[in-house]
Amino acid sequence: MVGIVGYGAYVPIYRIKSATIANQWGSDPASIEKGLMLIEKTVPGPDEDTITIAIAAAKNALKRARIDPQKIGAVYIGSESHPYAVKPSGTVLIDALGIGPHVHVADFEFACKAGSEAMYVAYSHVKSGEMEYAMGIGADTSQGAPGDALEYSASAGGSAFIFGKENVVAEVLYTHSFTSDTADFWRREHQIYPRHGGRFTGEPAYFKHILGCGKALLEKSGMKPEDFQYAVFHMPNGRFPLKAGKELGFKQEQMSEGWIVNIMGNTYSGSSITGLTAILDVAKPGDLIFMVSFGSGAGSDGFIFRVTDKITEVQNLAPKTREMLNTPHKVYLDYGKYVAYRKKIQFNEY
Amino acid sequence: MANSQRYTREIPHRYRLEAQKFPSGFVSLPNRYVDPISGKKEFEKIKLQGFGTILSYTIIHIASDQFKLLTPYAVAIIETDEGARVTAMITDTNFEDLKIGARVEFVLRKIMEEGASGIINYGYKAKVIG
Amino acid sequence: MREVAIIGVGMTKFGELWEQSIRDMFAEAALKAMENAKVEKIDALYVGAMSSGLYAYQEHLASLMADYVGQIGVPAVRVESACSSGGQAVRMGYIDVASGMHDIVLVGGVEKMWDVEDGTFVLATASDQEYEAYNGVTFPGLYAMIARAYMERYGLTREELAQVPIKNHKHAVNNPNAQYPFEIDLKTVLNSSMVADPLRLMDCSPITDGAACVILCPLDRAKEFTDKYVKIRGVGAATGPIALHDHKDLTRLEAVNIAAQRAYKMAGVGPEDIDFVEVHDCFSIAEIVVAEELGFFEYGKAGKAIAEGQGTYGGKIVINPSGGLKAKGHPVGATGVAQIIEAYYQLTNQAGKRQVQNARLGMTQNMGGSGGSCVVHILEGM
Repeated sequence: MVGIVGYGAYVPIYRIKSATIANQWGSDPASIEKGLMLIEKTVPGPDEDTITIAIAAAKNALKRARIDPQKIGAVYIGSESHPYAVKPSGTVLIDALGIGPHVHVADFEFACKAGSEAMYVAYSHVKSGEMEYAMGIGADTSQGAPGDALEYSASAGGSAFIFGKENVVAEVLYTHSFTSDTADFWRREHQIYPRHGGRFTGEPAYFKHILGCGKALLEKSGMKPEDFQYAVFHMPNGRFPLKAGKELGFKQEQMSEGWIVNIMGNTYSGSSITGLTAILDVAKPGDLIFMVSFGSGAGSDGFIFRVTDKITEVQNLAPKTREMLNTPHKVYLDYGKYVAYRKKIQFNEY
Repeated sequence: MANSQRYTREIPHRYRLEAQKFPSGFVSLPNRYVDPISGKKEFEKIKLQGFGTILSYTIIHIASDQFKLLTPYAVAIIETDEGARVTAMITDTNFEDLKIGARVEFVLRKIMEEGASGIINYGYKAKVIG
Repeated sequence: MREVAIIGVGMTKFGELWEQSIRDMFAEAALKAMENAKVEKIDALYVGAMSSGLYAYQEHLASLMADYVGQIGVPAVRVESACSSGGQAVRMGYIDVASGMHDIVLVGGVEKMWDVEDGTFVLATASDQEYEAYNGVTFPGLYAMIARAYMERYGLTREELAQVPIKNHKHAVNNPNAQYPFEIDLKTVLNSSMVADPLRLMDCSPITDGAACVILCPLDRAKEFTDKYVKIRGVGAATGPIALHDHKDLTRLEAVNIAAQRAYKMAGVGPEDIDFVEVHDCFSIAEIVVAEELGFFEYGKAGKAIAEGQGTYGGKIVINPSGGLKAKGHPVGATGVAQIIEAYYQLTNQAGKRQVQNARLGMTQNMGGSGGSCVVHILEGM
């Protein structure tokens, strides 16, 4: 049996409300809250970036996996906000967690899909017998341009998954990927903010790939939507994943547990996979989970997991995702503080 | 400022809290060669578990340029549960929750960036817990 | 060992000396001191400076200064021990003369602090760079942590702490070389901007340009030059942990105590024999802790005693008749030498309106970092 032996999420304590951003730009807060179904989003602290978030999530995954970090043979971090253009994020992580130096490390980038991609490769290494354990992480501190619709959603957080063969808490039953060249959303080298094709990001991009991947995964597995206790999809806003899930035949109650976008925003590479951690936090042995990610450019990775009876042993070993999202220590930022934290204004070079 | 050479050298201490325990019980986070208490040279390598107690703290309002954008921020002297004394910046904590005797947990955070093109410096910070 | 005398002194005004470079300031102080001592040639030169490299991008300072005071050829060396560089330079000069190696020795201290924008960074290099400064602590921040620990342990109030700078400013009014020769009141201190909680701007010594020099010679030759000379009766220096967090007790600066005990022992006197003391009040809390380590007050008692007037004229001991670092100014490397100059003026009865009556024994205490180094001198009037 190959699957997840430890998982962990991390979200910063800082938040900004959609209404705060809407008021800044003279937009109607209610239309954002209802139209995009976004109440608030996470914001990285001034001392946080994809690397620190990935480390915090990976620490939580290690707490649940209860394995010697030295046994991890590969670490992959997927992100569209790696702090360095050249120099890996993963090297900081392995040195911080005591993994390696005999370890394969790489940073992945594929818009919002890089995290599931990292999981896919990590899983494949273990399945092939190449190594005992491998870790896949998705983390982001994504940026939306001031005034752009993305500003309401682009948020911060991440999740880490350790794959192995022993003490599996969620077995990987099937995987599938669906990819085509679709320029719905991109960011060129040296640019701070991404650009996107507006409505072109919908049907021809998000829905085409999520549905394409989802349908193929159902076909491959021979399973039906009603076989699953939970389903989670990439969450660029509140509406898209619910619509995509419905089209695939899933019901609201199957999707609500992993649907955290309304209080987290879109954590890009950490979006669907952090939804997955929220599901694992409450899942029961035998539960089936359906997950499809989406990354612009564009592609989707699909996974079907079956939760094992080991899950209850590890759920309480690290902070749960919804507990972190609803922490009483939440700090709400005003727009000025938000742009300063996100370095959206020009500072002096010291 | 820590250039990349100096920075790399300190990684075991900054990322993993690798420390030394001397026969007198003195615990040092930086490399030491002689126990400042007993004068002995033997020690055992230990890893700090990342929990401790605040012995004193301050809230910095005027900082050097490299920390200017973080002000006001708190810094504390912390005694870890193993007995090591560490100076660390406090993060993710309300100033009202700071007090002598408060419990803290260490987290790995970005300490500073060396301008727009230099290396990013990571290291331990502490946050007040429960 | 030979006995050593101070036969002449010279210093610049302390303050924002925009017209003067580091060499201009040193030359002014050195030439004044030589003129004051009536010496034209010196045998050796010591210069104390904390960070001429970071402040003025100038190392190799002693050679530069020997050149610019017309003494090319003399052996010259810079002494560095953070904020105690000046006092440590005096100690090296003392050892040089006492040993019999040289007779006429010029000892100076200098710091050009206003030429850099990020002085906070420079000062923090006196702490443990990798384990304190790296983590964002500033110099005021370190003393703020001493203050908080002290206030919590001994119940010292914010208002009592404010009495230290108020007293020192009052003393500075009568010092023509002081940077801030004016009085301040409690409101000024408590309303000044926060630097490192609980320390406010008025708890902190200022950024200062300045230089100070003294001329040393064997005591038995002093009369050849002047009838205004003082004897260096006791010298003590010590080190403490470089990092504040390694001080077992955060309310103490043990190196000060060790240095003082050495100086007392050498001089054969105790705290009760000292008529006035120049202490290193880089921050208000420092004066309080130092006054205890020097033995003038019991631990935990100096804050309240100073607030009650025990540290000024008519009290137990006059602390910082010059105005101290706070009001006279603190050009880091020059401070320790300037303290010696104040003691020289007091002991030769040249201190004018700030004269401590019948002063016979004076002490100076100069320290580096958060107590990582300390040097204490006991001087005697002749």
